[in-house]
Amino acid sequence: MAALLFLAQTLRIAIPYLFAAAGGVVSERAGLIGLTLEGYMLGGAFGAALGSYYGHSAWIGVLSGIGGGALLALVYGVSAIRFRADQVVIGIAINLLAIGLTRFFLRLAFGSSSNSPRVAGFGAEHAGTGVSALLSNPMIWLGVIAIPVIGWVLYRTPFGLRVRAVGEHPVAARSVGIPVPRVRYSAVILSGILAGLGGVYLVLDQHQFTDQMTAGRGFIALAATIFGRWDPLRVGLACLLFAAAETLQIQLQGAQLIPSQFVEMIPYVLTIVALAGVVGRAVPPAALGKVAE
Amino acid sequence: MSSSGEVAREASIRSQTAPRSGAVWIRLEESLLPSLVALLVAAIVGDILIVVFGQSPGAVYRLLLEGTWGNSYGFGQVLYKATTLTFTGLAIAFALRAGLFNIGAESQLAAGGFAAATVGLALPPGLPWIATLPVYVAAAALGGGIVGGTAGVLKARFGAHEVITTIMLNFVVLALLSYLTAAHLNVPETLHTTEIRSGALPRFSDFFASFHGSAVNVVLLLAVLACAGAWWYLFHTRRGFELRAVGLQPEAAEYGGVRPGVVWTRAMAISGAIAGLGGLNFVLGYKHYYEEGFAGGAGFLGIAVALVGGTHPLGAALAALLFATISQGGLAVNALVPKQFVEVLQAVVIIAVAVSVPEVRRMIRAQRKRA
Repeated sequence: MAALLFLAQTLRIAIPYLFAAAGGVVSERAGLIGLTLEGYMLGGAFGAALGSYYGHSAWIGVLSGIGGGALLALVYGVSAIRFRADQVVIGIAINLLAIGLTRFFLRLAFGSSSNSPRVAGFGAEHAGTGVSALLSNPMIWLGVIAIPVIGWVLYRTPFGLRVRAVGEHPVAARSVGIPVPRVRYSAVILSGILAGLGGVYLVLDQHQFTDQMTAGRGFIALAATIFGRWDPLRVGLACLLFAAAETLQIQLQGAQLIPSQFVEMIPYVLTIVALAGVVGRAVPPAALGKVAE
Repeated sequence: MSSSGEVAREASIRSQTAPRSGAVWIRLEESLLPSLVALLVAAIVGDILIVVFGQSPGAVYRLLLEGTWGNSYGFGQVLYKATTLTFTGLAIAFALRAGLFNIGAESQLAAGGFAAATVGLALPPGLPWIATLPVYVAAAALGGGIVGGTAGVLKARFGAHEVITTIMLNFVVLALLSYLTAAHLNVPETLHTTEIRSGALPRFSDFFASFHGSAVNVVLLLAVLACAGAWWYLFHTRRGFELRAVGLQPEAAEYGGVRPGVVWTRAMAISGAIAGLGGLNFVLGYKHYYEEGFAGGAGFLGIAVALVGGTHPLGAALAALLFATISQGGLAVNALVPKQFVEVLQAVVIIAVAVSVPEVRRMIRAQRKRA
């Protein structure tokens, strides 16, 4: 039973990572750096709060959350693809924009500077944290299949082949007739939708939006994308690993074995180690961050 | 470096392709115009947000100016905020000259402030600030420099991309500092250390009564010195020349006898040290203790400062004033529109600059070709 609860809690923590990291894989495999995941998540979360509150339905929240993530992704896409702006700069700015916009509209829509009122979510009011509550939440199911679906799209569909081609060698891709900008736009908006769903999950799970509620989860997803070497299966495992470490830390909190700050560091340290190539080098897509001519 | 002349030729090819006459004007146009376009775009977005909130843009902008440059308290606060932003913006601009993107200024700033506070807690109380200042400067530079240098080594030695490592280091370092503060140094129930009893720096209000209440202090002069020093290093020393050569074309610089790895490590360490010095502003000039989260995004806003300032030390100082004005202005207009609207403005400025730099440059070049 303890093991089952541990798995359930790991899964709950992993869901937003799985969504956002799926988006990270799509974006980075198409050549666009995934620094924006945090911003997409926040945009998705706020969109979900708006939709769920004013639409009185969790599903409307899901749709408007998707819209929030996709909108920020569109800003990123237009800046980086059409105007060839530096992806790192735009990426950081998108995150700042997401924080600023959600705070501004939090004041405008809900008259608060810290949180939204209670919004509709999935399942019963006080379903608790048990396994059955987990299984009845459709967002959990969507999160679980996000990575496998992205793996299938990337490796088994023509669109996936095109995404990988424009991320590795856009010039060669164009020479065989692939519309490079269109593929990149599709990939970046898909990534906004996926990461946005990560934010949607948070809002519908906690039944409210709070200021900066994503709290760095987008960067953990980016870490998982890199630590998993841009391969969906490994990225999914990385998300579960990071979530398991957090769960362990929460469950051992009383024991005070390791300070929580050291557990927080795990994803980031592992990513640095992976990039430094101590155990098998992480090699990014060749055209990642480069301007497509 | 017998063949650094080769590097000189490689590095100066860019400027030689432009016609000699009016070259300065063209360079000025290319570096200033994008920022002006960006500010215009930001102003328009700001207007929209203000109108959405049901206020008049004219009234809001007038209040913003009055609350910042219109009285000496507001101006003092602008200068205080500009001090930290000058350090982080300068740090990022410096690294960019070496072709490196330092996204880690946030944690370097915090590490600098933490190192200074730790040293301060160990110093005997009551020493004059003139005597302790060099110790604090060394501590802050070392704190930030170690964090920055780590990213430099990771790039030089292992080829790990500095954008990702500096982001990851941000989280690692901030968590580490949080642990150290919580476990060893903090006043119970707070996020800050006990007060430093030695070497608190004088505020401007000690000399000019009209600055009363604002936190601007002598670290501002340090920021100006840092800008001058970075400018001298970049444009008047051999190492600065090597740094810029590596930034323009690492392969060419290597062919010219410069070792890019060494330059990268040095550039990141110096960049981190500059950001670390910014920590003195809060720790020694304002609160006299280290507090978790005091960096408050100044490291990320530094990216905007570096870009709007055209990655030039002087430009960084001016851009820091601009962004500090926007920040402080948010507080001034909070009665009319939520202060969060300036956060949106800052993000829009960054996006607009990043978009308009390549775009405006292309337009200028196309126009020149037609003429």
